[in-house]
Amino acid sequence: MSKRILAAAFGAAFAFVATSAMAGTLDEVKKKGFVTCGVSQGLAGFSLPDDKGEWTGFDVDFCRSIAAAIFNDAKKVKFTPLSSQARFTALQSGEVDLLSRNTTWTMGRDTSLGLMFAGTTYYDGQGFMVKKSLNVKSALELSGASVCTQTGTTTEQNLADYFRSKNMKYEVVSFEKQADVDKAYESGRCDVYTTDQSGLYAVRLTLANPDDHVILPEIISKEPLALTVRQGDDVWFSVVKWVYFATVNAEELGVTSKNADEMLKSTNPEIQRLVGATDKFGEGIGLTNAWAYQAIKLVGNYGEIFERNLGPSTRLKIARGVNALWKNGGLQYGPPIR
Amino acid sequence: MTITTEVSPQSSDSQGDKIFWWNDPRIRGFILQGAMLLAVVLVFSTAIYTANSNLDNHHNARGFGFLDNRAGFDLAQALVDYPKDATYGRALLVGFLNTALVAVFGILFATILGFIAGIARLSKNAVISTIAMVYVETVRNVPLLLQMLFWYVGVLQVLPAPRNSFQPITGSVFLNNRGLFIPQVSFTGMTGWGILFGLVLGIVAAVIMSKWATARQLRTGAQFPAFWVGLALILALPIIGFVITGANYTTNFPIKSTFNLSGGMRVIPEFMALVLALTLYTGVFIAEIVRSGILSVSYGQSEACHALGLTNGQTLRLVVIPQAMRVIIPPLTNQYLNVTKNSSLAVAIGYPDLVYVGGTVLNQSGQAIEVIALWMLVYLGTSVTTATLMNWYNQRNAIVER
Ligand SMILES: N[C@@H](CCC(=O)N[C@@H](CS)C(=O)NCC(=O)O)C(=O)O
Repeated sequence: MSKRILAAAFGAAFAFVATSAMAGTLDEVKKKGFVTCGVSQGLAGFSLPDDKGEWTGFDVDFCRSIAAAIFNDAKKVKFTPLSSQARFTALQSGEVDLLSRNTTWTMGRDTSLGLMFAGTTYYDGQGFMVKKSLNVKSALELSGASVCTQTGTTTEQNLADYFRSKNMKYEVVSFEKQADVDKAYESGRCDVYTTDQSGLYAVRLTLANPDDHVILPEIISKEPLALTVRQGDDVWFSVVKWVYFATVNAEELGVTSKNADEMLKSTNPEIQRLVGATDKFGEGIGLTNAWAYQAIKLVGNYGEIFERNLGPSTRLKIARGVNALWKNGGLQYGPPIR
Repeated sequence: MTITTEVSPQSSDSQGDKIFWWNDPRIRGFILQGAMLLAVVLVFSTAIYTANSNLDNHHNARGFGFLDNRAGFDLAQALVDYPKDATYGRALLVGFLNTALVAVFGILFATILGFIAGIARLSKNAVISTIAMVYVETVRNVPLLLQMLFWYVGVLQVLPAPRNSFQPITGSVFLNNRGLFIPQVSFTGMTGWGILFGLVLGIVAAVIMSKWATARQLRTGAQFPAFWVGLALILALPIIGFVITGANYTTNFPIKSTFNLSGGMRVIPEFMALVLALTLYTGVFIAEIVRSGILSVSYGQSEACHALGLTNGQTLRLVVIPQAMRVIIPPLTNQYLNVTKNSSLAVAIGYPDLVYVGGTVLNQSGQAIEVIALWMLVYLGTSVTTATLMNWYNQRNAIVER
């Protein structure tokens, strides 16, 4: 809603104008006793409050891992749902400490928006969803269609590039809130829904008759969805980045939430460094040496987080695909902890 | 902004020269104002300084150079050409024109509706005045945003899909969940100019004729149907222009295509919902303004008119409304400003107005301060322009004291 955009925009402007440079985020987080994490406003599998009002999802779990690494308590997170439009101003103004909010890592955002991307938690790409009854088999048949999407996204830019470069006509109908996009698509205001493919799977579940809609085979972009922090705070950047890498390394080394305690006694030097049995890597990033052990014990390794929220046993049934570990042919790769 | 106090020079004179300088109201005034000015300058320069150093820390660019960068997103409605390598500046212009379009239509329709409803509320006919009252009392008490969503989600989005469009005029006018489609007529060759020339000529002729009619009525008392003759001139001359230039025109009817209708002229539902909501909502306030304006003209005036044998319509048109206008215009100006400002709720229903486009530009470029400055400048500029026009009109209508 316009009021929200305005509020966020003024918040950002005000932060630029009224506050002096932000003190270290890690220190502030420790002082206030919780992490403020910007998540999406409701996307099944990624960030959604469950029936008890607890936030759940893939994006949510990375916030919890970070809280677990800092506080040894995965509950010390305050979730702030943000629209795509408002997310960057909320981060810049200090309203949140990080974004774990299906945010695509792009060069423009990385260099001129004052943001830094701390690691790609999910490799995605933009897709299209249409009603089965339209009998469309490929995105190339979409000339003349109305396309619904969200404002403030890479999605609306990719869409423009794709249709214009293919010389296809289209009409874009975009809203700030995803709920409004869903409504417009379901009412028939648009023929096509476009967003990150993972988002399409999530949205389809919430439609009245999910089986009436198909996701087309074309993927028109690269959407590396990454954890996002403010530029200029290297300590906090390292914390966020290495908590994520720790979850990936833990999967590779077979350390899980269930066996974390046994792993404390492991003789494998790599595991010893990860769980903090040897060396002082935690202290190096301003945490205790049990940082990674806590994150894995309380929230799980990358594979566990994926399976729990998105994998074949969930409603979303997303395959690991490119998000498999590098040694299984995927792209998830944690630099060594040493 | 000079500070005047109760202490007048005379009283200080009478006290002789025992006055200390800090008790002198003039000097005190200077000191207070100086301090105020200093404070303002300090606040602003600190703000600018911190903003600057924060922007440095965040590696944000600043200034309006970003307006030349490529926008790379599309907009549902553009009144000017918006090519694929259009800049942020161009996108913002499109947004501004979309705001202006909504404001112009909103103001026009709300004024018409408001005058009708305001007069209707005073009608002696109970049915008419009750309808007007129900309209005012219901619409006034529902927030504008809800009304907008009601029209957009509750009414326009549930219209049938393109292939089952309502066709008020079969084959020409279509109404569906993609909007309203009407045939587009374009004049070719000299015909366009012929019509334009006829129209200008018609308006000029009508103005001259009405001046002449007034003068003659003052001189001889004889009346002339100036309104109808004027209307006839304004309509007939363009038609003559159309015919003598060869009546060249093409029509482009909306036709069904794969996903939607193509061809013809189209009004998107986002625009319709916005104009509908703004019209109905603002119409209420204008109705109340008109009603109170009319009530402010003493009833004796109407009685006098009736005694002179004027009809009800003439009384209203020639005597009551012109006097009521003086009371109506200042609050009416406020309503016009409200239409423009309220149109920024457009974001909620996906209409690409200035706030919507600015939001996207801000999101992509990160230039928060600049975008906000532009928003403020444009809304302030539009408001000042509207107010100036209305004040000018009001002065022309002010009572001329003899
Ligand atoms: N990855 C894209 C799009 C991100 C995005 O906003 N996606 C939508 C649709 S999947 C979303 O998260 N909506 C949820 C919400 O707005 O709460 C970007 O970073 O610009």
